[in-house]
Amino acid sequence: MNAWTSIVAATMEAWQELRIHRTRVLLSLIGVAVAVCSLTAVVALSGIAEEANIEQIEANQGQPANISISVTANGETQPSYAELQPAFDQITKRYGIRYASAHGDGTIDAQFVDGVQSIDVTLADPAFAQMHVVSLAQGRWLDNADKILLAPAVVVNETVYQSMGTPALSTHPVIQLLGSPHTVGVVVGVVRGNSDPDYWQMYMLPSAYERVADPANQNQNSPQEELWVPPRIANALTPLVQQDLNQYFDGKYEVDVNRNDYLAHQRGDPLFLVKLVVGGIAVLILLLGALGLFNISMVTVRYRVREIGIRRSFGATAARVFFSVMMESVVATVAAGGIGVIVAILLIENPISQGYIARGVVNVPPFPFSAAVIGIVASTVVGALAGLLPALVAVRVKVIDAIRF
Amino acid sequence: MALLRLSGVTRVVEIADAPPLHILRGLDIEVSVGDHVSIVGRSGSGKSTLLNILGLLDAPTSGTVEYDGRLTTSLSARERDIARGREIGFIFQQFNLLGGRTAVENVMAPLMYASGRQFWRRREYALDMLDRVGLADRADTMPELLSGGEQQRVSIARALVRGPRLILADEPTGALDIETGSAVMSLLDDVAESTGAALITITHDANVAALARRHFRLDRGILTPIDVQRVIALADEGVTL
Repeated sequence: MNAWTSIVAATMEAWQELRIHRTRVLLSLIGVAVAVCSLTAVVALSGIAEEANIEQIEANQGQPANISISVTANGETQPSYAELQPAFDQITKRYGIRYASAHGDGTIDAQFVDGVQSIDVTLADPAFAQMHVVSLAQGRWLDNADKILLAPAVVVNETVYQSMGTPALSTHPVIQLLGSPHTVGVVVGVVRGNSDPDYWQMYMLPSAYERVADPANQNQNSPQEELWVPPRIANALTPLVQQDLNQYFDGKYEVDVNRNDYLAHQRGDPLFLVKLVVGGIAVLILLLGALGLFNISMVTVRYRVREIGIRRSFGATAARVFFSVMMESVVATVAAGGIGVIVAILLIENPISQGYIARGVVNVPPFPFSAAVIGIVASTVVGALAGLLPALVAVRVKVIDAIRF
Repeated sequence: MALLRLSGVTRVVEIADAPPLHILRGLDIEVSVGDHVSIVGRSGSGKSTLLNILGLLDAPTSGTVEYDGRLTTSLSARERDIARGREIGFIFQQFNLLGGRTAVENVMAPLMYASGRQFWRRREYALDMLDRVGLADRADTMPELLSGGEQQRVSIARALVRGPRLILADEPTGALDIETGSAVMSLLDDVAESTGAALITITHDANVAALARRHFRLDRGILTPIDVQRVIALADEGVTL
């Protein structure tokens, strides 16, 4: 009998047994299905929480590796971006860095129909969107062509956009900016995220901001430039950039170059303890489920002594009997595990749960595939473990005694 | 040529703090293809142990068992299992049909251990065998809905479906009334003869034993041939051995 036929036959036998004893099997598998569902759900939740955490960190600090350059003047007035740009351009050209962007903060007053509102301005270049994984609800991000516009292009958050009355971006809506001089900004895009209605934010090119913002609001913070480089070269590149800029400014400004992304500071997994506790609870649940299944399997195999004896008389080898009893357990737990995984997906992916799980997250991560795999693998292992001892008992059955049982 | 040959077979069981138990004491028997042999004996005479050895389920303590000219002691446990499935069909007193399965599913059960055509076309084979025992119209009936005679016919179909060369019938009519038992034995004899299989019937019923062509008696572990006239006389007297 070849191996393929053996596997097909043993699986069919296992399926027949499950079909015939479906009530018993269903009862015994409820515990396994609940356990696998719990395990999968906690693994998935942990995965989603980790993804969401990374997303928020990357939105703030940029994707790894992010080298941050800060240039500070010794006096009160800080240098402008326009003044520093040639130095930054020299660095990006020299090291072939494709993604570089300003990352500064400012404020500007804007006129709305119901009054004047101070808006936080994030100064950003076109590359900023990729570097900080900015997600747009509509419209587009800032581009190089915006640098020559007299009316600065701006990207606003949803709070600002809603205060404008949510105009269609195809009509080129403008926002009254009460800078110096007063001017209008053309809203070209709306970013997703941050559901706080009291947070007023817009993105603007540094050159545009320096042109329209009130001088009193400018030159207070030292300008910052960010470079997005492959993590493997980041640590070696950082001192080189520092050295180059020190030479360029020759003591005129103080230059500080650091890695600024989360991987630079991370020591181990920040969610390790949470994962450990949640994983421990899930494994405990799974072990309890396995114990229930094991008890029922042991009782069942003793009831099936006669049937096993009959099968041995048909020519079933000890290996085949062992494999069949194991397969029964494994097929059953894999089926239960599949159901558990589906229930876990339904529990986590439904809109009500998502509202709680991913509050404040722009791109809610999908259900982690690894969680589903872990659920199925765990159910297979539980089935094999719970079936092991009953299978050994089945193999030791004395055929004629069993038949006359 | 002998299909099965037992020479000087003994079976001794060691018992703690007691003398060894001699269950079989130097058995000699030869069974050829197409032969029909009956072995009669009282309870405790060693019939079950002999059945285990004949069915390749147990090995003798001493002596040799040759199946088809090959010593069974030279076979591994796995080879013995495979040979049993392919070469030997068992018929039991209590029918031992598998619960929760229809008649045809029961007959298909041994074919789950076959390969090739026999495995992949097992339903076809099973239906054909049920037809040969006159139960084609009861193929999808559960065993508990069949009469005792029908159940035993299903078990005969199951024993023969892989085309064994040796059929071991252990008290095949023990759970049937005289008339049904006689009909079942007649059927078993016919089917065994038509397939050319050797039939060994182990029984304590002289009527059943009398149907065989050669007769043996097992008494306290010793197997001796007995004359057919003696068996018939015992059967006429309604003796249970």
